[in-house]
Amino acid sequence: MTRLARHRLLPYLLLLPGTAWLLLFFGVPLAQLAAASLYDPTGSLSTGYAMTWALGNYPDVVQAYWPQLSRSFGYAGLALALALLLGYPLAYAIARKAGRWKNLLLVCVVAPMFTSFLVRTLAWKTILSDSGALVGLLRDVHLLAPDGRLLATPFAVVLGLTYNFLPFLVLPLYASLERLDHRLLEAASDLYASPVQAFRRVTLPLSRPGLVAGTLLFFIPASGDYVNAELLGTPNEYMIGNVIDSAFLVRLDYPQGAALSFLLMAVILAVVFGCLRRAGTEEVW
Amino acid sequence: MRLSRWLADRWLMIVALLVLGYLALPVLVVAALSFNRPSSRLSYDFGEFTVDNWRQPCATSEMCDAMLRSVQIGFLATVVATVLGTLMAFALVRHRFRGRSGINVLVFLPMATPEVVLGTSLLALFVAAGVPQGFWTIVVAHVMFCVSFVVVTVKARLAGMDRRLEEAAMDLYANEWQTFRRVTLPLVLPGIVAAALLSFSLSFDDFIVTNFTAGTTVTFPMYVWGAAQRGIPPQVNVIGTAMFVVALLLVGISSLGRRPTR
Repeated sequence: MTRLARHRLLPYLLLLPGTAWLLLFFGVPLAQLAAASLYDPTGSLSTGYAMTWALGNYPDVVQAYWPQLSRSFGYAGLALALALLLGYPLAYAIARKAGRWKNLLLVCVVAPMFTSFLVRTLAWKTILSDSGALVGLLRDVHLLAPDGRLLATPFAVVLGLTYNFLPFLVLPLYASLERLDHRLLEAASDLYASPVQAFRRVTLPLSRPGLVAGTLLFFIPASGDYVNAELLGTPNEYMIGNVIDSAFLVRLDYPQGAALSFLLMAVILAVVFGCLRRAGTEEVW
Repeated sequence: MRLSRWLADRWLMIVALLVLGYLALPVLVVAALSFNRPSSRLSYDFGEFTVDNWRQPCATSEMCDAMLRSVQIGFLATVVATVLGTLMAFALVRHRFRGRSGINVLVFLPMATPEVVLGTSLLALFVAAGVPQGFWTIVVAHVMFCVSFVVVTVKARLAGMDRRLEEAAMDLYANEWQTFRRVTLPLVLPGIVAAALLSFSLSFDDFIVTNFTAGTTVTFPMYVWGAAQRGIPPQVNVIGTAMFVVALLLVGISSLGRRPTR
C-alpha cells in the first residue's frame, strides 16, 4: 500500500470500531424502539407483537399519561429555574471572586458526585424526614402546618432534581464566566454603567454559551429522571420515567413504553436543537 | 453600618458558600448515617451511634457481591470505551475526511439522549434479538454511553496541544511511530486518564441504563434501588462514604502530582 493511500485510510480505520459500536448499540436500538412504538398494542411479550404501524399508540399514551408527561417537564423546568438561581451566583463567585480558593471550591462542586447518586438521594429522605430537624424547625416557625410534610411532596422531588443535577449546570457556566475578560466590565463602569447594568449588558450575554450548555446538561437528565420521584415522592409525583420503567419492566407493555420513550426523546431533541440554534453556537460539535 | 458594608462586599461569596453547603449536606448525612444503628429496618432516621457498620461492611454479602460486580463492569467498560473513544478522537482532531460532521453528530447524540431512552431502546433490541440480559449486556451498554464522553475529553486535550512539538521531533529524525510514542502519547495521556476516570465513575454509578439491561444481574446501584423498598442496610452508607474518601484522595494526589510542572 502506498503511503498516501494509507494516510487516506487511516482516519476510517481509527473511527471504525467506535462508530460501529455506536451504530450497533445506539442507532440500531433506537430504530428498534421506534419500531416497537408502532407495534399492535393488543399483543404481548409472550405471544409476540405484530407490526401494524399503529400510529395511534402516540395519541393514546399522551392521553393516558398526560399528568406524568406534563409533570416531567414541569418539575424539570422548576428545578432548572431553581438551579439557575443557585448555580449562577455560585459559578460567578468561583470564577471571579474566589482568588486562590478557586480550585478548592471547584472540587467542592464536583465532590458530591464522588458518592453514589442513589445513596445521596436516599440521604435526602433522612434530611426531609417527618421526625427530622428540618421539618421540626419549619413546624416551629409555622412555615409548615403541625402535620405538614416535606418528604413525599412535589417540593421534595424538585429539591432532589435540583440537587442531583446542579453541578452539571455550574461547571459549563463557570467555564464561560472564567474566560470573560474583566476589562470589558471595567470599560462598562468607565462608561457609567451601574453594576446591575454591566451585569445585564456585558456579563450575562457573554456567559450565554455556558448558560445554554449548562441548561441542556441539567434539563436532559432531569426530565428523564425517575429516581427522585420514586424515592422522594409518591405515585402522585410520578414523572414519565416512572411510567416508562413500569411499562418495560413491570407491565411488559412494550408498545406503550416505546411510544413514551420516543416521545420524550423527540421533545428533548427539539429543545436541544432549538437551544443550540438560538445560541448560535456550534462549539458542541 | 459596617456590617451592611461587609455584607455588600461579600454577599456573593456568602450565597456561594450556602449553595455549596446545600451540595455537601447529603454527603455529610451519608457519612453520619454510616455510624448509625437504625431503630428499624425501614427507618431512615438516626438511632444510636455505632462503629459496627465499619467493622463489618460486608455483613450483607449480597451488597458486597453487587459492589464487586460493579467494579468489574466499570473496569471492562472503561478499558473498551477509552480505547474506542481515543481512536475516534485522534481521527476527528487530526484528520480531515468525508463524513466528519456525521461522526460528530453520532458522538453527540448519545449524550443528548435521556438515559431512559438509551436503556429502553437497548432492552427493546435485546428482546427482539433474543439476547439474554445480564453481565455482558450491561458492559455493552456502558461502553456505548461512555465512548462519547471519552471522545469529547480526549478531543479537548488533543485540540489544545502544540503541534510544533511533534514537528520538532520529526525534524530531529524521529519516525512517525517514535514521534507518537515519545511525544504525542505522553502529551495526550492526562486527557486519556481523565477520560478513563470519568468513564469508570459514569459506569460504576449508573442506575437507569443498567436497570433496563441487567436482567437479574445486580450491580451496586441496582442493589441500593432494590433495598430502598425492603430496607437499606446501614452498610450502604459505609460504602458511600468510603467511595467519597477514595475519590477525594485520588483528586488530592493528582493535583499534588501536577503542581511541580507549573
